[in-house]
Amino acid sequence: MSPAATPDESLLERAPVLARDWLTGFLPGPARWLAGSLLAVVAVLLVFATLFALLTLAERKILGRVQNRPGPNRVGWFGLLQPVADGIKMLIKEDLVPRAANPVLHLLAPVVLLAAAIMTFAVIPYGRHLVPVELDAALLYFFAAGSATELAVFMAGWASHNKYSLLAAMRALAQLISYELPLLLSTVPVVLAAGTLSTTGIVAAQSGWKWNLVPHWLVFTPCGAAGFAIFMVSALAESNRSPFDLPEAESELIAGHLTEYSGFKYALFFMAEYFGMCAASAMAVTLFLGGWHAPLPALEAIPSYVWFSAKLLALLLGFIWVRATMPRLRIDQLTRLAWKFMVPLALVNVGTAAFWSLTFPWTGPLQLLRWAVAIALAAGPFFLLGRGLTSGLGPRTYRYA
Amino acid sequence: MNTVLVIVALATVATAAAAMSRPSLLNCVLLLTVSWTGIAAFYLWAGAEFAAFAQVLIYVGAISMALMFAVLLTRRTRSDFPPARASGSRAAYAILAGAAVAAVLLAAVARSSVAAAPAPGPASTVRQLGVQLMGPHAAALLVVGVLLTVALIGAVVLAAGAGPARPEGTR
Repeated sequence: MSPAATPDESLLERAPVLARDWLTGFLPGPARWLAGSLLAVVAVLLVFATLFALLTLAERKILGRVQNRPGPNRVGWFGLLQPVADGIKMLIKEDLVPRAANPVLHLLAPVVLLAAAIMTFAVIPYGRHLVPVELDAALLYFFAAGSATELAVFMAGWASHNKYSLLAAMRALAQLISYELPLLLSTVPVVLAAGTLSTTGIVAAQSGWKWNLVPHWLVFTPCGAAGFAIFMVSALAESNRSPFDLPEAESELIAGHLTEYSGFKYALFFMAEYFGMCAASAMAVTLFLGGWHAPLPALEAIPSYVWFSAKLLALLLGFIWVRATMPRLRIDQLTRLAWKFMVPLALVNVGTAAFWSLTFPWTGPLQLLRWAVAIALAAGPFFLLGRGLTSGLGPRTYRYA
Repeated sequence: MNTVLVIVALATVATAAAAMSRPSLLNCVLLLTVSWTGIAAFYLWAGAEFAAFAQVLIYVGAISMALMFAVLLTRRTRSDFPPARASGSRAAYAILAGAAVAAVLLAAVARSSVAAAPAPGPASTVRQLGVQLMGPHAAALLVVGVLLTVALIGAVVLAAGAGPARPEGTR
């Protein structure tokens, strides 16, 4: 549970803790703890369910603007009630299960997927006093809980008894195995720098400012910046988002593992995708962007959870922007990118992080050398490997008949 | 507390037994995954949260995937699934082998002295675990690392050794 608030903090900062204590104050000891935990679960679910509804609308609106069309604008003001209409539609649609499908696995797949996505929310520090569960090995828990998503996608594809779904399941397996590795490796520099696997510890390690101006966020170190880039690309792939949405590629596989799903089960898949995206972004904020810390000392008066939400929303909009901009990869390009580019880059980045933490005591001109070597270690392999990846694919020449 | 342990143990053993009896290989893998999760739950019950999360991450996240990949890629025709029922003599051998392993395990358990009241386990944090692994057990860690690296290189060599696949009829 979250630590107790100290009275010298602003009222807004303490508001969630005060609200919890006011709501559960009349209960005896153990029941109070249980009620507090349940309250945290309900709060997390409510906030992220609302965010999910608004995100679907924002995504459709932004994609519409990018593609020079208005997007949904018929239901409510500016289409604001569109998520409600979609929800009602999903609820009252017929739930079809193919006769040849495995009914148990067909039902279990969306449930497992959503459960795994929700479980990852437990260890994220949303604010100074807003950590649902504090674990010593929180980072490991996050990845362990998220690892069930692959299994669920595979179950969905295989249980549907549909060739498109099975192809999608195979693709999902290849993709998720490939990108799990760089995702995990990109967090090693963070663990090296913070010296802990606990998310609260990692956020605490990023507190403070240099010259009262530059925050001590890991993204402002060479290995942190490279780690952040690798983490975001891998997270994009892990959450099956465009340009890595090969398992549900509409143009080739109809809808992949979603082909045989309708009604509310389909909505659950949709929800799990957005929850996964939110969890990955929240983890990126926690690991690299200083968690709930304010970017400037003067801005600390604004409550910590507002800063966390702002960073989270910025990353989520980035996800949507990428979807609007990038074309989908081919499956061989996808695996080649993972194994020939991301994994070596992530491995080198672990070495860079080791150099960075070993040279911590260097001062004066040595500090400049430290930065130069670290930047070279982070950027050099990027260009070398990138050249190897695209060699032979050079500029395309077009000949007109 | 003990009821939790009994439920976890029963679920683990039951799913493992069910996995052995299912004709469909993929069902077996999924049931085994549940069983592995049960083992992770046992670690969690015993207070070893790091081992529990690692168990889930590695077994549920990676090994089950590798198994499914192997099953899906090596399946040639639909008749490969489900395989023919084992003959009687094969079943007898299986029971014999199983009984032998069980006897060895039971003998080991019976001979080891179990304290009546288990002492409270040391509260181990991830930091202590890391210090132990990097300090007194560094040699073992290095040996395991070298072993895994050799296995990885071997896999790469095996995969790359076939050379580029040529279309039929060309030389």
